[in-house]
Amino acid sequence: MGATRTVTYELGTTGLDAQGNPVRTPLVAAEPAMDTDHMLVNIGPQHPATHGVLRLVVELDGEVVVRVIPHVGYLHSGFEKLGEYRHYNQIIPLTDRTDYLAAMSNNVCLAQAAEKLMGITITERCTVLRVIACEISRIISHCVWAGTTGIDIGAFTVFLWLFQERERLYNFIESWTGARMTTSVTRVGGLMCDIPDGWTQGLREWCGRFPKVLDEVETMLSRNAIWLGRNVDVGIISAEDAINCSLSGPMVRASGVPYDLRKDRPYLDYGTYDFDVPVGEHGDCYDRYLVRMEEMRQSTRIILQALDRLREGPINVADPKVILPPKTRAMGDMEAMIFHFKQVMEGVAAPIGEAYDAVEGPRGELGYYFVSDGTAKPVRWRIRPPAFINLAALPRMAEGHLLSDLIAINASVDIVMGEVDR
Amino acid sequence: MPPVTTAPSPSALALRARFGDAVRRVEVSCGDTIVVVARERAHEMLDWLRAEPAQRFNFLVDVTAVEYRDRERPLEVVYQLWSLEHRAFLRVKIELDKQAPLVVDSVVDLWQGANWMEREVWDMFGVRFSGHPDLRRILMWENYSEGHPLRKDFPLRGRFSRAEQVRRALSNELEKHYSLEELSASDAAPYLPADLPQAAGRRPER
Repeated sequence: MGATRTVTYELGTTGLDAQGNPVRTPLVAAEPAMDTDHMLVNIGPQHPATHGVLRLVVELDGEVVVRVIPHVGYLHSGFEKLGEYRHYNQIIPLTDRTDYLAAMSNNVCLAQAAEKLMGITITERCTVLRVIACEISRIISHCVWAGTTGIDIGAFTVFLWLFQERERLYNFIESWTGARMTTSVTRVGGLMCDIPDGWTQGLREWCGRFPKVLDEVETMLSRNAIWLGRNVDVGIISAEDAINCSLSGPMVRASGVPYDLRKDRPYLDYGTYDFDVPVGEHGDCYDRYLVRMEEMRQSTRIILQALDRLREGPINVADPKVILPPKTRAMGDMEAMIFHFKQVMEGVAAPIGEAYDAVEGPRGELGYYFVSDGTAKPVRWRIRPPAFINLAALPRMAEGHLLSDLIAINASVDIVMGEVDR
Repeated sequence: MPPVTTAPSPSALALRARFGDAVRRVEVSCGDTIVVVARERAHEMLDWLRAEPAQRFNFLVDVTAVEYRDRERPLEVVYQLWSLEHRAFLRVKIELDKQAPLVVDSVVDLWQGANWMEREVWDMFGVRFSGHPDLRRILMWENYSEGHPLRKDFPLRGRFSRAEQVRRALSNELEKHYSLEELSASDAAPYLPADLPQAAGRRPER
């Protein structure tokens, strides 16, 4: 930035003249001269509309976005590197912290990938509880998405309504796992603990009420002129481009591709549940909104079905080499204590091989890829981060739109920077 | 869990019939088929897998790399493919000798989605993707000079103490690493105190 020009602003009132009129003193300031018509604007990394520490460098022609350069990595924590130095069960707390809005999906995915690697079949009760965990975390994540997107676009009410429901769900999670966000609910071969008494009844009542809240939110938004104006035909991506960009989850479904791992590559017992996969037509922000709203309803349906089929039974596989013995037995029984010691000190060794397993997380295909060399610690733990890969398509969707639309499009991608940067 | 299959995917056999020796090895692990292919023909083979009507692996799930603890074993670049039409999964690997330069052909021209995934592999493993439009670091910062963190020779805690890392980061010449066209820090350089790099170097160890 070399040349400057001198600009005179009419600013400030120092007093009144003899006639009683205010006297304005000109303020002379130097302003950089732009040699092109384009302007560069830096958004973030500390900006509420970037949903975390995302930095966008935007080239503007007037108010139209010409180019977007996302810069990520401000929250990089080296989780994949840390995982190589930990036993499989010790990685679970790390998974809470990648996608902290849907920690339980991550817990389930890790346990699933490790079980695939070790060839463990989990119990029936554990399967059903994991389905409930996945769907609760989907609803929580979509509640945050709808609330924060509303704030980005200028609708504050839905944030309060949906965060209230989110808090109620967090109460369920807290009474189950002891934590609200960093749940660490799964273990390889089972779960950390069973649900408390009366939990299912409370969740069932909540599932009865929640669709009414969604109705209220949709009454507020779906035909709201401002909401329509900010979302319809904004950030369109075609089905072909969405596949080519490896988008997944609501992003690809809003473009009309019915790719949902719960149907396409069923894990747990999703193949036996009765639910629909909402699919959009236009691939714009509005379709993404509709898809996510409907997904919350479908998740409620799945939770109710899962609660119906929840039977008493063990939550862990009956294999003392994989599952820790109960603490009382470990303190009194020699054999149990040996198993306890070996598992804590040596970990559970996985056979030589590699496994990729994925769940349909709230943001899309959340995959964990383990490579084992036969020891208790993985050689490589790779997270297939849906938010990271969806975010990569942001420039393609935003270029040519207004700067204010960039905020709406970025919100519609539904990123979690903990997962993008890992 | 249904019984784990040990038969390789038909796509692996089709690939071998079409490309012959360029398919180095076919393995099955935990029910998934792994095809190890020759580096020179990998791009051509991935393109064939993507476009061939009988295969149509049109969804690139992931690109990543694996380095083993055994130093003799080659580093692997891994492509996870999914066919939306046939609902089939395939893992394609390229083995790279660590003594030679780590270079493979970029697949960004086939899948746009590979752009950031390949940048991450470059950042974390130091594998170069020839033909990539914008191969910059992505998770680490651009002037990061300690190497590639997911390599096995990179210590878990980094190469230097935290204080040394901060000192190095601050004493770098800002202008070298930011281009003017992306709201550069070099614009700010005239306004920064002249002794900033030296001052940063004097920070006491904590």
